[in-house]
Amino acid sequence: MTLVEIKSAINSQFPGVIIDNEELGDHQLELNGDKWLDIATFMKEDPILSFDQLECITGYDGGEEAALQTRYNFHSMEHRHKIEIIISHDREEPRVASIEKLWRIGDWFERETYDMFGIIYEGHRDLRRILCPDDWEGWPLRKNYKGQELYHGIVVPKIKEEDGWE
Amino acid sequence: MGVVKGDQMILNIGPQHPSTHGVLRLEVMTDGEIVSQIRPHIGYLHRCFEKHSENVTYEQVIPFTDRCDYLASMNSNFGYVVAMEELMEIKVPERVDYIRVVMGELNRIASHLLALGVYGLDIGAFTPFLYMLRDRERILDMFEYTCGARLLYNYMWVGGVSHDLPKDFEKICIDFLDYFEPQIKEYNNLLSFNKIFVERTADVGVIPADVAVSYGVTGPNLRASGVKWDVRKDEPYSVYDKFEFDVPTGTGKFGTLGDCYDRYWVRMLEIKESIRILRQALGSIPSGDVHQSIPKKIRPPKGSIYRRTESPRGDLGYYIVSDGTPVPFRVKMRSPAFTALSCLDEVSRGWMISDVIAILGSLDIVLGEIDR
Amino acid sequence: MTVDTLINWFATFGDFPVLSFILAVVISGIPLFLVMALNAMIAVYVERKVSAFMMDRIGPMGQGPGLHAGKWGLLQTAADAIKLLVKEDTVPESSDKFLFKMAPFIIFIGAFLGLAAVPFSSTLQVVDFNVGVFYIIAVGSISIIGIVMAGWASNNKWSLYGAMRSAAQIISYEIPAGLSIIVPIMMAGTLNIQELIQYQNGTVWGFLPNWIIFNNPFSFIAFFTFFISAIAETNRTPFDIPEAESELVAGWMTEYSGFRWAVFFLSEYANMLVVSGLAVAGFLGGWQSPIPGLFNTGAWGLFWFMGKVSLLIFVMMWFRWTFPRLRVDQLMHVCWKVLIPITMFNIFGVGIWKLIFG
Repeated sequence: MTLVEIKSAINSQFPGVIIDNEELGDHQLELNGDKWLDIATFMKEDPILSFDQLECITGYDGGEEAALQTRYNFHSMEHRHKIEIIISHDREEPRVASIEKLWRIGDWFERETYDMFGIIYEGHRDLRRILCPDDWEGWPLRKNYKGQELYHGIVVPKIKEEDGWE
Repeated sequence: MGVVKGDQMILNIGPQHPSTHGVLRLEVMTDGEIVSQIRPHIGYLHRCFEKHSENVTYEQVIPFTDRCDYLASMNSNFGYVVAMEELMEIKVPERVDYIRVVMGELNRIASHLLALGVYGLDIGAFTPFLYMLRDRERILDMFEYTCGARLLYNYMWVGGVSHDLPKDFEKICIDFLDYFEPQIKEYNNLLSFNKIFVERTADVGVIPADVAVSYGVTGPNLRASGVKWDVRKDEPYSVYDKFEFDVPTGTGKFGTLGDCYDRYWVRMLEIKESIRILRQALGSIPSGDVHQSIPKKIRPPKGSIYRRTESPRGDLGYYIVSDGTPVPFRVKMRSPAFTALSCLDEVSRGWMISDVIAILGSLDIVLGEIDR
Repeated sequence: MTVDTLINWFATFGDFPVLSFILAVVISGIPLFLVMALNAMIAVYVERKVSAFMMDRIGPMGQGPGLHAGKWGLLQTAADAIKLLVKEDTVPESSDKFLFKMAPFIIFIGAFLGLAAVPFSSTLQVVDFNVGVFYIIAVGSISIIGIVMAGWASNNKWSLYGAMRSAAQIISYEIPAGLSIIVPIMMAGTLNIQELIQYQNGTVWGFLPNWIIFNNPFSFIAFFTFFISAIAETNRTPFDIPEAESELVAGWMTEYSGFRWAVFFLSEYANMLVVSGLAVAGFLGGWQSPIPGLFNTGAWGLFWFMGKVSLLIFVMMWFRWTFPRLRVDQLMHVCWKVLIPITMFNIFGVGIWKLIFG
């Protein structure tokens, strides 16, 4: 199925949830995150779509002016089609429903995105940091991340920033 | 956070442990010898790969990808350059594609040899480990002959490769393959068909196919559960569609479908398939200039791409977002071992501690890739 | 015999039975200890070289000037021994210190006492018990106490696991070992080791030595069941779950370093010597020559005995570097559901054989 067909399938089931965005590529779809759990359940269980493999969840921080997003890559083993779903979050309180009960890998992927970006996945059974230590402060992959000075008395080294890329 | 019942014991495997394949901490809740829950703690090897890649140029990211999956560096590079070339719509000369396939498959053999040897070591067989490493050394010698490095190559660049094949490389490689193919029989006699090894691994740690797909398990682990999915065949990249090779899947050879023995056996069969691909590729490398398509300045158009390739551990995916500057905006590596490790908890419930080691070894994880 | 000869010799000087007994025992204990130490040194070197050649390596080699390990690495074991002696003696803070320190010595005692009854030749044997075989089997169980003490006292979950597994394993495998050694006892009609060896005098069919292993098919099988149980007794691969290096770091020995660990090591190799000695004495004709009639006197006895024991120890090492290890429940399955029925069947078979063929 092509993107157009997938888009229309989702649109017919959940009208008004797709956000039009010309900047996106032809395999990407931006959605409103309010009914995300229902949409995801539909995507997994509907026999025409049947996205049974969650390939990757990427967190994305567009910078101060732009959005904080979660990008999901789905793939269907049966129909061999793919889709990328983008959900934007409010910067003050980034929240979205967790899909870890549908795709079990969502458990660890969402923990990683939480760890790196601070996006809270509601309904996750055990949302805690996975790569950083449990008591680390801040969200490392955000663009405005300022690392902490000390961690339990150990000095945290900084990444040197080179200037100028012309 | 679970509450441990009074008669349960919490046992810590790692982070320093002879058989956890890296720095991994497994918190195991056991009732005597039977495991009731495992909580893996990772992050000991987290080196901020993704944050670094937002501060260096696109070509400088490639040595970082080497160090993520350090046992299959060529394939890690391969994944990144394939994604970049799709983003930038560069077409590389055929010689480059063939060289990349040769290096990728040689590295696949080396990685599988190490995985199988270390698995034997976990089960207690000390000798096959050394035999497999002896043969892996010859592959590493060939890599050293080509690009000067034994383990971390920085070999595949966007648009080409760093060094052309040296003199007589094809002949050396074919000699190695002729020497190596009969060795597989020796490994099978020593380890694969050994009754004790079969008893330890057959029927242990079965991953049913739907559980595997849900947990994002890919690569030999998924194929051992019966699902015929190989990125080289299903979403082909480079020149893999020109070669004839089978995709071995598990058959429940000595036990149930999807057990540890199947994962071991699928890797053994994949070594044979890689030898087939190598023989076909080495016979027909076209001539050309490997550096001609390397762009002077890598400045991809704005946009993003997610592309996956087949590394020895599974689907290695790169999600790259570019904003038009020479520095990447976001690079995410979707590592196959990360997803393989996530299913350890569910798969090892109800087995004994020795079985946990067997299951962990059969998943073939590399902590560098999990933690990045 | 050595203790007896010494007591008799002291008796020629006068009548002080208690003192002469103590002196005799102490004096015969010293060569025994030296035998243990020498055996460990040689066995470690041989193991390293044998394992190396099997793994396509060359093992310890000495080359170049300076502090090196002698030609062909012969001084390597001496270097290791010195290193172990000068290492820091660490006792974990939260361990049970008394038990922790006692454990290596109890294991050592088990192995040492077993060596006292091994017949190195017709005259070289520390004590010739009239229940020699029974004594060795009985005394071999003392080491379990030491192992459990070591595992418990280390205050370490890994050590506890290893100790528990080891205790279960050794206790279970005592049974097939004991049942297998009953076969030579039944045939020779005596528990005395020297008499057991004398029973295997002479030839069968003119050229084959009259060893118990060749006597009838049941005793042939009994040798193998005894050997397998013996390997399990000494915690060697494929039965080395208690010290499973890749699972439990070093099992019950994890917290021991330096000289204490050296004592464990010494005892393990001494145990190998004891069970091989018993297998040789019970099944392979002891110190008698395999060529009947030739080279059967005096010092040749020691040569043949050590030769056969070395062969069995080599086979044990060969097993270690070839086979993976069994899981705990598979180990128990092999013992209780496979070996014990076979050994019981053997005893039955040998009884019937003796009844029919005399």
